[in-house]
Amino acid sequence: MAASWEHFAHGADIGVRGRGDSLPEAFTGAALALTAAVTDPGRVVPKERIDVRCEAPSQDLLLVDWLNALVFEMSTRSMLFSRFEVTSDGRRLEAAAWGEAVDIARHEPAVEVKGATLTELAVQCDQAGRWCAQCVVDV
Amino acid sequence: MDPGRFERISEFQWRLPATGGMRVPALLFADEGLLRDMDDKVGEQVANVATLPGIVGAALAMPDAHWGYGFPIGGVAAFDPGQGGIVSAGGVGFDISCGVRLLLTGLKVPELREAAGPLAHELGRQIPAGVGSTGRIRLDDAEFDRMLEGGARWAVSRGWGNAEDLEHCEEGGCVAGAEPLQISGHARRRQRDEMGTLGSGNHYLEVQVVREIHDEVAASAYGLALDDVVISIHCGSRGLGHQVGTEFLREMAIAAPGHGIELPDRELACAPIRSDLGRRYLGAMRAAMNCALANRQILTSLTRESFERLLPRAQLEVMYDVSHNICKEETHLVDGRPRALFVHRKGATRAFGPGNEAVPAQYRAAGQPVLIGGSLGTSSWVLAGTVAGEAASFSSACHGAGRAMSRHQAARRWHGGEVVRELAGRGILVRSPSLRGVAEEAPGAYKAVERVVEVADRAGLARRVARLEPLICVKG
Repeated sequence: MAASWEHFAHGADIGVRGRGDSLPEAFTGAALALTAAVTDPGRVVPKERIDVRCEAPSQDLLLVDWLNALVFEMSTRSMLFSRFEVTSDGRRLEAAAWGEAVDIARHEPAVEVKGATLTELAVQCDQAGRWCAQCVVDV
Repeated sequence: MDPGRFERISEFQWRLPATGGMRVPALLFADEGLLRDMDDKVGEQVANVATLPGIVGAALAMPDAHWGYGFPIGGVAAFDPGQGGIVSAGGVGFDISCGVRLLLTGLKVPELREAAGPLAHELGRQIPAGVGSTGRIRLDDAEFDRMLEGGARWAVSRGWGNAEDLEHCEEGGCVAGAEPLQISGHARRRQRDEMGTLGSGNHYLEVQVVREIHDEVAASAYGLALDDVVISIHCGSRGLGHQVGTEFLREMAIAAPGHGIELPDRELACAPIRSDLGRRYLGAMRAAMNCALANRQILTSLTRESFERLLPRAQLEVMYDVSHNICKEETHLVDGRPRALFVHRKGATRAFGPGNEAVPAQYRAAGQPVLIGGSLGTSSWVLAGTVAGEAASFSSACHGAGRAMSRHQAARRWHGGEVVRELAGRGILVRSPSLRGVAEEAPGAYKAVERVVEVADRAGLARRVARLEPLICVKG
């Protein structure tokens, strides 16, 4: 099945969670959840591509690096992203993200994301082979 | 939380004795109602802070404490570098030196009334706010470094303000020990378009009225009287601080085992103060603090431009500027002995009592002003630091109300347009590029700040001086 995303409750901030049949799918879902903290991903037209590479000593820090790389691109390019292609072996990640420049009227962005935290951080695969990748992002 | 988990040691103090890996007890300042309303995670997080090396006295939680990341928001902890004490990037957080600046205007409410609509429009146009907004200021590399070293003092030297502004800022508007060399290319790039911007989330610029005075003497020292129009600016170090936090959090989390530090929660990522990593972080964090001070100074200047256009008789003066996400080296009496400690305040405000030499001379008899932020329709407060607070909480007090519900819950309960209309009916004009952002920050999404402030007062952390109500609110 395809990547899915959801938010989970956190006192002041927002928990982002992605699920999928593989780690890359779960990371894709987490990236969509990150966008959804700002706006409805369905409103973001995937027309411009950027490339992201990260490397980390563990799967969970790789998730944090991946989300923070997207936060950096969102911040410095004033863009939002809605489509992702992720490949990863759990230590290295290569990805393409498609999106467009922020349009205040159309996207109504609620908040800017300051960074991905290590709170509630987990990247796990259950016995059925379903992957889940999550953490809290500071907004 | 269940109060039964704690030893009640006074009407407003609840202690969690040191057990397991805790090196010191945890101490929460609250009445029974506030304590019951706190998430269980607050108790868990403050107990985790108590396990960190070199912690002194107790891990503290202020009356507005709520579930944060690593530290609770409203968390305070002091560390002794001579006893292996640490500095924690997670303990300071991403929004380094987020804080509040209060400006006096010299105007009374009747003088504002006719101009309120045009002023709201003007400030909404003038103050860059919200996702994707950019400032007007671009700095070359050398000037960027001067900003990181000079803070608000740099901004004033470049024409954004005057020398009197600096006298009324924490640290005189410039934190010593900043090391621009420790600021990465990514952090510089993130800040490039963000000098002089407000940000989003709970950051705001509000025009407010002094609605109640609780301490005439302190209010008079601070220049506050009933019906005065004042301005609050709540924001921080913008993208630069966020990136510094991101990078050092990661590095400290990875390096912790090498420093012999066992983290109960990786978000408490830290390094010994007397380590290369600890020193580098302190240099970077202080540079980010200066970025925040410069940013609030530039926003002050932009606000002055707007008032000069519409209300030229107004005289905007800085009343005070104080941060609430910081780690600072301070001397505190511990068991009667002065000790140099590194005090982390995560969503907590420094609150020096009367007589402290770090407090501007004009305010010294009253104590340091403590600025408590509100949200849209809710009140803000001015408190004064106390002598009792110096002993009880390393001179720290609360910083706001804390959320009563998540952003998601708030966005489902309210529509931003309704919130704006309802507030307009109460005479509060809101200008924001994002209605969803307004819904997430709806006044009802926050706890009652009055209860928090009352407990802070009765617990002796800080005295109530004045209550402020919003008239115009510019939100990101």
